[in-house]
Amino acid sequence: MKYQKYANKFVDKPKYFLNCLKAFIAGGIVCEIGYFIQAAFMYFGVDRDTSGICSTILLICIAQLLTGFGCYDTIAKIGGAGVIVPITGFANSVVSPAMEFKKEGPVLGVGSKIFSLAGPVILLGIATSWAVGIIYWILMLF
Amino acid sequence: MQIDIMEIVWVFVIGGIICIIGQILMDTTQLTAPRILVLFVVIGGVLGGLGLYEPIVHLAKNGATVPLPGFGYSLVRGALKGLESDGFLGILTGGIKETAAGISVALVFGYIIALCFNPKSKAK
Amino acid sequence: MNDKRIGKRTIKFPTLPEIIGAASVVGVKEGEGPQAQWFDKILQDDYYGEKTWEKAESKMLKNSISMAVENAGMQVQNIDVLLSGDLLNQLMSSSYMARDVGIPYLGLYGACSTMTESMLVGSIMVDGGYCVSAAAAASSHFATAERQFRMPLEHGNQRPPQAQWTATAAGSVVIKKNYGDTGAHDRHICITHGTIGRVIDPGITDTNFMGGAMAPAAYDTIRVHLADLDRKARDYDLILTGDLGIAGRHIMQDLTKNKPEFEGFKDIYEDCGAIMYDSNQDTHSGGSGCGCSASIICGRIIKELRQKKYKRVMLVSTGALVSTISKQQGETVPGIAHAVTLEVF
Repeated sequence: MKYQKYANKFVDKPKYFLNCLKAFIAGGIVCEIGYFIQAAFMYFGVDRDTSGICSTILLICIAQLLTGFGCYDTIAKIGGAGVIVPITGFANSVVSPAMEFKKEGPVLGVGSKIFSLAGPVILLGIATSWAVGIIYWILMLF
Repeated sequence: MQIDIMEIVWVFVIGGIICIIGQILMDTTQLTAPRILVLFVVIGGVLGGLGLYEPIVHLAKNGATVPLPGFGYSLVRGALKGLESDGFLGILTGGIKETAAGISVALVFGYIIALCFNPKSKAK
Repeated sequence: MNDKRIGKRTIKFPTLPEIIGAASVVGVKEGEGPQAQWFDKILQDDYYGEKTWEKAESKMLKNSISMAVENAGMQVQNIDVLLSGDLLNQLMSSSYMARDVGIPYLGLYGACSTMTESMLVGSIMVDGGYCVSAAAAASSHFATAERQFRMPLEHGNQRPPQAQWTATAAGSVVIKKNYGDTGAHDRHICITHGTIGRVIDPGITDTNFMGGAMAPAAYDTIRVHLADLDRKARDYDLILTGDLGIAGRHIMQDLTKNKPEFEGFKDIYEDCGAIMYDSNQDTHSGGSGCGCSASIICGRIIKELRQKKYKRVMLVSTGALVSTISKQQGETVPGIAHAVTLEVF
């Protein structure tokens, strides 16, 4: 650990403030896009819940298309957490490993690698929902 | 529908702040992006369970639902809805039901994209 | 009996095995960097006309070997043994290259230190009389390494400042028994000594910080090499480490500060990773990978030796012995470095 501290002296520090500012702006923009897509659906008379779902779906599709065209990693290099933390980052982590393992076949390549980054997110999210649900269920018994 | 300026501001600010938290985690720890995604989903779920995420969603709308804690929140909300309507079995199915659209689109559309495009080596 | 050993860990090659041919092949990004003029072939596309990145890397390696053999004025089938390595699991690029080349092959893995490792083994075999000529090679490819060790190419993430860029590059040399005749080139570049490195683990857990993890190993190897030969850093015209990168180069300079045997080290020291790319190529701490030191050694250093720029150089390729599994199990990143000394006669 002593050496790690010593060695870290020779590394440039990340530009914390600038990175955070970029993440804030990028994250804000992504959320606004979601908001305006939803607003557009509602404008055409779709109810709030359905248009919310549609907006999520569109955000996912846009992010995955950008990943396919090879732009998403460039955007993420600039935007950082601003495009990784929103649902678009999840969509990107679904498609990017799958693309990479295309030559390994459609089943064990793309099909299994599609879960390599996104699988844990889905799994642990569901597990959390179970845990919370079960706690509520126990509380309801009393 | 009317567009409310304050709503737009809150969407931007809350969405941005959640991303700043992610950025700070990325810059100061060795956590990789997938771990941060998992962390945010779990945090969103736990906050949702404690009833603390609901007010944020109410205030910031998409600013709270688009970032991944919103995904965790939806899963938990689904499980609780399921518990209410179907009892214990609802806990097991509710989470996925609530987020089914997002997950299945991400997977199937992702699969199609993966079959259509090739990754590029980064020369720049 | 131990007449070929000097000191604790250094070996000498009394018959002076000779490097008679060298060639390097690099990818697009490397070809846009400051070292472009030295490389023998620069790819237009990192797929290199192949369907997969692994095949592209294998083809680069094969190409570099056939160019090195041609440079030596020999035929591939007359090479006695092929020593090669890369970064992939089970040495995929090297093995498939060796399948196509069809001569006896030893696969080597030394992480990014493979270039000097293969040169060392080649010199030992030639000097020991086990073969007349040996081809030593190493390669790495950004896309193959990235998907094995890190994240998918199209995955959106940010690389930390200490991260290094795996070079898409391959390099080969042909080592031949020294008959004293002039051969294809009028100068004899001979391998005089080598030091086999120890695995040194300074306890770095951050797998992005390869330079920091490898610097102590490089320092250890260079120090022992100098001590065993009773030389000072000043006795060399160039000491070149493999891929410590910009941060690692700083650490190296700091480690050698105020040490009498390293007097003047700063002026003769350089690192392949640190000079591979321009600062505006956004590689953060510079290049890494087997190909990084392989292409600079085989592309630039051998040519400079032929041009009489240097008389005696020490090449120290450095490797971070990390695997995808050790990383997930939370192990630290150990480093290794092998040194060979080349001299022009």
